[in-house]
Amino acid sequence: MGALGAIGFSAPWLLAGLAALPVLWFILRAVPPAPLMRRFPGVALLLGLADRETQAERTPWWLLLLRVAALAAVIVGFAGPVLNPAQMAAGGGPLLVVMDASWAQAGHWARAQDRAARALDEARAAGRAAAVLALTDLPGGRLVFAPAGAVAEALPGLAPRGWEPGEADWRALLPEGAFETLWLSDGLARAPRAGLLAALGARGAVRVVQPSGAVLALGAPLLLDGALRVPVLASGAAEPVEVVARGPDPAGIERDLARISAMPGAEAVFDLPPELRNRITRFEIAGLRSAGAVALTDDSLKRRKVALIASSTAREGLELLAPTHYLRQALEPSAEILEGTPEDMLLAAPDVVILADVAQVAEPEKLADWVAKGGLLIRFAGPRLAAGLTGADDPLLPVRLRTGGREVGGTMSWGAPRTLAPFAPDGPFAGLVVPGDVSVRAQVLAEPAPDLAKHTIAALDDGTPLITRARLGEGWVVLFHVSANAEWSSLPLSGLFVQMLERLAVSTRPAADTSTELAGATWVAERVLDGFGVQRAAGELAGVAGEVLAARALGPTLPPGIYAAGERRVALNVVAPGRALMAAEWPADVAVESGTEAPSALPLKGALLAAALALLLADVLASLAVSGRLRGARVAAVLLALALLVPAAPPARAEMDPARAMTVAGGVALAYVPSGDAGVDRIAAAGLLGLSQVLYARTSVEPGPPLALDLETDDLALFTFIYWPVTAGSQAPSPAAYARINRYLRGGGMILFDTRDADFAGFGSATPEGRRLQALAAPLDIPPLEPIPRDHVLTRAFYLVQDFPGRFTGQAVWVEAAPPDAELAEGMPFRNLNDGVTPVVIGGNDWASAWAVDDRGVPLMAVGRGQTGERQREIAYRFGVNLIMHVLTGNYKSDQVHVPALLERLGQ
Amino acid sequence: MSTAPALTLRREAEVLAAPLPPLLVAAQQLAASVQMGGHGRRRAGAGDEFWQFRAAAAGDTARAIDWRRSARSDAQYVREREWQAAQSVFFWVDAAASMRFSGAATRPAKAARARLLALALAVLMVRAGERVGLLAPPAPPRPGRAQLLRLATLLAEADAAGDYGAPEVAGLAPQGRAVLISDFLGDLGAVEAALAAAAQRGVTGVLVQVLDPDEEAFPYDGRVIFESMGGSLRHETRAAGDLRARYLARLAERRDRLARLAQAAGWQFGTHHSGQPATAALLWAYAALERGR
Repeated sequence: MGALGAIGFSAPWLLAGLAALPVLWFILRAVPPAPLMRRFPGVALLLGLADRETQAERTPWWLLLLRVAALAAVIVGFAGPVLNPAQMAAGGGPLLVVMDASWAQAGHWARAQDRAARALDEARAAGRAAAVLALTDLPGGRLVFAPAGAVAEALPGLAPRGWEPGEADWRALLPEGAFETLWLSDGLARAPRAGLLAALGARGAVRVVQPSGAVLALGAPLLLDGALRVPVLASGAAEPVEVVARGPDPAGIERDLARISAMPGAEAVFDLPPELRNRITRFEIAGLRSAGAVALTDDSLKRRKVALIASSTAREGLELLAPTHYLRQALEPSAEILEGTPEDMLLAAPDVVILADVAQVAEPEKLADWVAKGGLLIRFAGPRLAAGLTGADDPLLPVRLRTGGREVGGTMSWGAPRTLAPFAPDGPFAGLVVPGDVSVRAQVLAEPAPDLAKHTIAALDDGTPLITRARLGEGWVVLFHVSANAEWSSLPLSGLFVQMLERLAVSTRPAADTSTELAGATWVAERVLDGFGVQRAAGELAGVAGEVLAARALGPTLPPGIYAAGERRVALNVVAPGRALMAAEWPADVAVESGTEAPSALPLKGALLAAALALLLADVLASLAVSGRLRGARVAAVLLALALLVPAAPPARAEMDPARAMTVAGGVALAYVPSGDAGVDRIAAAGLLGLSQVLYARTSVEPGPPLALDLETDDLALFTFIYWPVTAGSQAPSPAAYARINRYLRGGGMILFDTRDADFAGFGSATPEGRRLQALAAPLDIPPLEPIPRDHVLTRAFYLVQDFPGRFTGQAVWVEAAPPDAELAEGMPFRNLNDGVTPVVIGGNDWASAWAVDDRGVPLMAVGRGQTGERQREIAYRFGVNLIMHVLTGNYKSDQVHVPALLERLGQ
Repeated sequence: MSTAPALTLRREAEVLAAPLPPLLVAAQQLAASVQMGGHGRRRAGAGDEFWQFRAAAAGDTARAIDWRRSARSDAQYVREREWQAAQSVFFWVDAAASMRFSGAATRPAKAARARLLALALAVLMVRAGERVGLLAPPAPPRPGRAQLLRLATLLAEADAAGDYGAPEVAGLAPQGRAVLISDFLGDLGAVEAALAAAAQRGVTGVLVQVLDPDEEAFPYDGRVIFESMGGSLRHETRAAGDLRARYLARLAERRDRLARLAQAAGWQFGTHHSGQPATAALLWAYAALERGR
């Protein structure tokens, strides 16, 4: 690749074509612009007229310059100019591309891969052999060189890993002989670098490419003083970043729960309510695809809700003897404690319910249900439990208990207080050390049973069960055979008590002393992080011992992710707690290319060719102008064509005026759809005004002034009721408006379609309005219709009406059809019909005319004749009131089918 | 029975007749815009209209005496009528290639406009009782509507060789009238000769120059090769705009010469642009024919 300063050429020999430009200049100069042939009878008068000017004989110099510039742009463009071409000294011998391929490189992996591909391309062009070494994914044996083309093909298969390179026997791994090295570094300082650098340096020149920006990562999240603190780490100065807390929402969909901006080097502090906090599954730096930018959360961040329930009659003043005192002390730092009656507690959806010395629960079935759905019930024995024992089988006890208990080591007994036996290695308490000073003086005893041993998870040294547990549905019931206070044993006074609660997943410790916590169990990866910070199912990764997990030596066998053992979950994050990120320092003799993302190579070919095209276009116009062919209309046409090329700005989206929206949303809004006929619209407005006045006078509905609806801009959700007078010439709304109307109808809105024609056409044909209505309503989501049945809720929503007249009367009015399975309820005059509001009412009775009043409340239009007519108007108003009531209250009146049942229940 | 020859004949006839009705109708419409007045010879002669009474002279037959007028006085009077002998009007429409020019698609070719003018004048003349005829292709003057149809046919198919036409006056009857319609961009010598020949036979008439607005304005620029419609003449220029003033001067000079020629021969000369409505030109030509009577 030839290079001229910051611009290089991929085909520099093409530039030789520039030498031909002067030749072109002379050729172009010699050729005048092509003449225009024109038929003209007046030529007879022109004969013998000589041209006075000779200027146009030759192409004007500026036109020549334009053409030469266009040609030069084409030549230079095809020569493949590249701004800031990648510099690569063409050395000899094979090339080894070393990539850290760690999580820190994931953030700019594409660029690193690009850089490697470029280096391999050049190596291939130079005929050099090459090899790629990903330090996080070391090959099994010695690396061998292959043709650079083949190596480049395998490059896209490389992916960054969630761990960092470690030590290895470089001598055995690196290829034989001398070679040149291109090391694509991730920019982080770490110990194994020096060894590898020395090994590489011994074989040949080493060239390092390192990104100039700082490496960002999230540290281990910490729960302190009720706030989550996530340290944001950086290997250098960096801009503030946004830290996102992600987790499932109540519907189980993963989404952002919180976002906080934080300075690198500081902590992002999330102060969230426990419900939200417990849902967080991971923190990440927004927009950074790297496993280091992800911090997974585990049990240590969850504060579980624990319902503490003690027997109601607490003994006053004996704080230390209260059955819940030690429990509270043990749980308070790490869990949310709820106290109260079991019934109240269950409503708060606790994770754990602890019954301390409670003999009987008010509604044992509910508690049992809750446990069966996955709850954890922990019971402690005590004097009341012991006294309340009947020997019967209690589902809320893991084992049957004998009535009475036993006392050992008391004043009235012979034996010494009992100590605890070591825990079984397969039980939940495996690995916990039993302190010698824990003694048990009294306990309740389990009835011997074949499966007693299976239920026992802790026993005294004489073998009597101390803690038993049994499965109930999907949950557990655990019983401590001693009391929760220090009366029966010293267990609650020991640290073991807290550890046991932890093991039972009652509480979690904020700052986990991991090594002892994790030891003794086998942990299986549930979900693992890849180098980009994406969680994947762990697949068939082998389980690891707790000690290995505690050592945090991330690698192919121990990828970062979530590890589970029993009920416990531990997050293994990429960045170990307390780690500080440092930028990698290289010795002075190593050539460091700053930044794979430093000015990236920018091909200029496209821009130059486009410029050439533009110049040629200008040449066309200029040539036309010079030869006199560019005249009036043509100039306009050319300009018009150019104007059309400029993309038109998208039309501004019509929005509802906020002030109007406020007015509409402030009350009950009756609206009509303008029909385009001023007379019809005036009557519609007057009709809705009359109906509003009647509603105001007779009901508690107080509508605002009627509004003309703009289907294209208004937010229909704000309108209670829409009156739509249909004329033969009604304009159909736009498709977007139809979509909004459908949404409105689905959302419980109502439209009253009025053809105002009394359906004159009669059988088998339709009036023009009727046909127009069919056309208008075709795109709407209208359910099957039927004429209002006699027991429809519209007939009794406020008034009892059976006729629905407007100015006309006697025509059928159509509403949503009743479901086919509607049945007549026993002893009721009407069926249990539609659950909900009919979305449309369709008729032709010209209701607005019957309702219409002027400003003084005087009816505008005559209805019928004399008293009969006034009665008809009254019924029309009643229908209107029923309609609005139906919109506002839905099927409330329909619920009267349940009146007998309600009365019956009240009678009890 | 073979129908092919009949069909061929009919198809050709239809092709031939295709331009006729529109041309004739257009000419009739154009002519309808001119109101006809009285059209006598303004001297005594054979005719229907009363001209004057004069005292009877020797040689007047007794039948010639108007007894009603004579009874009111002592002398005898003879009733004379206005001479209403029909005149022959000859048309010549330039059908050469130059007449096919039209500067814009919206304007008719000069030839079309010229034919229309001629036929409309013929309609007026026929309505006035004159006999109309064509000089080229020759059609002897005849009165009546049937002659109009013939003229229309001949005009529609008239086609002359050459770039510029020369007036044909061989068929002119003495004392007749002539209407010569052309662009007069060709050799003026031929026009001069034609006028001289016409004047010798006592024929007066009208010269109508039909020009396209482009020929009047010369709206050309840049490097242009101008070519006559037939391709016989050609002139190349590198700056057409520069020629405009000189072209217009030559055009004015030619028109001036035509006007002087016409005046000398007792003819009328007028210019019509095909961009304008034909009515004005028709009125002018009609009035000019009247004037020269």
